[in-house]
Amino acid sequence: MSSPRLIERLSRGEIATISAIDRAGLDPETARRLHELGFDEGVDVELLHRAPFGGDPLAVRVGNMVVALRCSMARLIEVEPAARAAE
Amino acid sequence: MNVAIANPVVALVGNPNAGKTSLFNALTGSRQKVGNYPGVTVERKSGRLALPDGRIADLIDLPGTYSLTPRSPDEQVTRDAVLGHLSGEKRLDAIVAVIDATNLRNHLRFVLELRRLGLPMLVALNMVDLAERDGTSIDTERLASILGLPVIATVAVRRRGLAELGAGLAGVLRGETPAIAASPDSDVTLLQREARTIANAVMLAQGTQRRWSQRLDGITLHPVFGPLLLAGLLFFMFQAVFAGAEAPMAWLAGLVSSAQAALSSALAAGPLRSLLIDGVLGGVGAVIVFLPQILILFFFILCLEQSGYMVRAAFLMDRLMARVGLNGRAFIPLISSFACAVPGIMATRTIDSPKDRLTTILIAPLMTCSARLPVYAVVIGAFIPTTNVGPFGLQGLVLFGLYIAGVVGALVAAWALRRTVTKGPSPTFLMEMPKYQWPAPRDIGIGLYQRGLAFVQRAGGIILISTVVLWALATWPKPPADWNRPPLEYSAAGRIGAALEPIFRPIGFNKEIALALVPGMAAREVAVSALGTVYSLQGVDEDHAEGLIDRLRGTWSLPTALAFLAWFVFAPQCISTLAVTRRETGGWRWPAFMFAYLFAAAYAAAGITYWTAVALL
Repeated sequence: MSSPRLIERLSRGEIATISAIDRAGLDPETARRLHELGFDEGVDVELLHRAPFGGDPLAVRVGNMVVALRCSMARLIEVEPAARAAE
Repeated sequence: MNVAIANPVVALVGNPNAGKTSLFNALTGSRQKVGNYPGVTVERKSGRLALPDGRIADLIDLPGTYSLTPRSPDEQVTRDAVLGHLSGEKRLDAIVAVIDATNLRNHLRFVLELRRLGLPMLVALNMVDLAERDGTSIDTERLASILGLPVIATVAVRRRGLAELGAGLAGVLRGETPAIAASPDSDVTLLQREARTIANAVMLAQGTQRRWSQRLDGITLHPVFGPLLLAGLLFFMFQAVFAGAEAPMAWLAGLVSSAQAALSSALAAGPLRSLLIDGVLGGVGAVIVFLPQILILFFFILCLEQSGYMVRAAFLMDRLMARVGLNGRAFIPLISSFACAVPGIMATRTIDSPKDRLTTILIAPLMTCSARLPVYAVVIGAFIPTTNVGPFGLQGLVLFGLYIAGVVGALVAAWALRRTVTKGPSPTFLMEMPKYQWPAPRDIGIGLYQRGLAFVQRAGGIILISTVVLWALATWPKPPADWNRPPLEYSAAGRIGAALEPIFRPIGFNKEIALALVPGMAAREVAVSALGTVYSLQGVDEDHAEGLIDRLRGTWSLPTALAFLAWFVFAPQCISTLAVTRRETGGWRWPAFMFAYLFAAAYAAAGITYWTAVALL
């Protein structure tokens, strides 16, 4: 077990597994949309890109989907090193 | 029962980016009806599909949504239609759930949610070719037996699987697949997990995740090359709008003037001839010649949308948009507003924060819409020399500058609005970035056809009417015999212009401009046809070979022309924009505010431009 980290602290191309989503920090609708876009505990994420002009928002791969989200929201998602070996 | 009434109603439902509209286009071709749902401005597209058993199904393309829990007005329409609550819409007889084979885990969740409704249903597993290319292989039969629903593999853009889909739909409508006991849970997390389990069970091989799409993102989202590429694309787009449209525009203009010449020799001089030549052909003709430019602009916007690049542009722009209190999502409505503010304002429905949405609506008219293009084109054509600056034409550069002025104006306005009238918490930015796709020629073609048709209908409708009204105002009353100035000055229109002139004189506008701005309220491009009507009636003798451009060159000073351009950067006058704003904001308060602030900005910008130009030139 290693300590949880935040998506924005991942290096580009690094794959990690979502360990917790702080749903209390979100309004219910946004929390729902996160799930509709595929975020969930146990799902792999990969940090793909940081936007120009300051590295916010982030482009993150979740499952087979690429999702753009701001750092402020990504901070509510904790990750830990991927269970499986990275490709 | 009448056969026409008995047509079963079938809706295409699916996540955004599932290829739903491509499938709809492939199934119905160009015989589509585009309308609006009553009370809301959500576009309703319907078409007909002949089923193999001889029946005709009415197919509806519902707005893409992630779930039946709506977050925006668009998604609300889909939910209401699917649940049979939408007023004016018949109850659905069946649903075709369109899902992306390369994104099975996410899209299956929505299928599970739809299945709970118990309506006859069929799943179109779309984009199977892309899944195969990625190395993903899906056991369609297994998926069908787990879901208890027919599953048809399709490739909408290549028309694969359409016959099977039709046959499957006929079967579903005959009630061959009984509605099955649905999964008991509606909780998103549980549905999501169930979807993942099913997806893992039916995927025989799982491919690499669209490496090529990600490699392309490496360039388009690059911190340095990304923004440069975006700026380059927009610049190229506006150069193409000007350069590429030159030949067809000249051809259309020739067509209009030869029609005028033919009428002129066929009819005896009189009010009818004047109405047809000066009113109808002079006015509508002046607008219709801009069809090529509008089609080129829409071509680029459709390509950017369908290729998936538009969302990347939103990603690149989010940080800058955040500085003025907007989010990257507003970038798409704003880019659409370059074509027309009406669809742009309608596209703000995808923005979920109300304050953010309102701000975007209020600044959307500052994006230079295609209706301003005719105005810019005429004035630039008349007053800006056709010289080159480096590899670029000066005319194109001036046009680009006007677009930039609109964008800067919009950003300043957003910044100011967010600190005053639309104060509120800063919004979030959360959106799917679809995989890149080569735009399908059929989808681009249908999109262009629908937009071109809408433009021509506008020219034939509101523009024609206002042109004829203006012609009448400019023709009557007839001046007395001893009137030695142009007859126009004696007419009703001339008097209105004279009454308005004092308001506009300080910013360098003449009577004719003041007059043209009035019918320009109907639609911005009417200002051009109004100028066309005013100036062709003002001539002592009919000399229709002489175009509007030459007339303006002879009668306007350069500062006046520049002030006119500056006015149109802000140009508050557009009834359609104000009407759609009223509908979207639910009252006259915001459209009135929009008109007032844009008028003030236009007046100030034109005044500053005029007096600066007078001082410098």
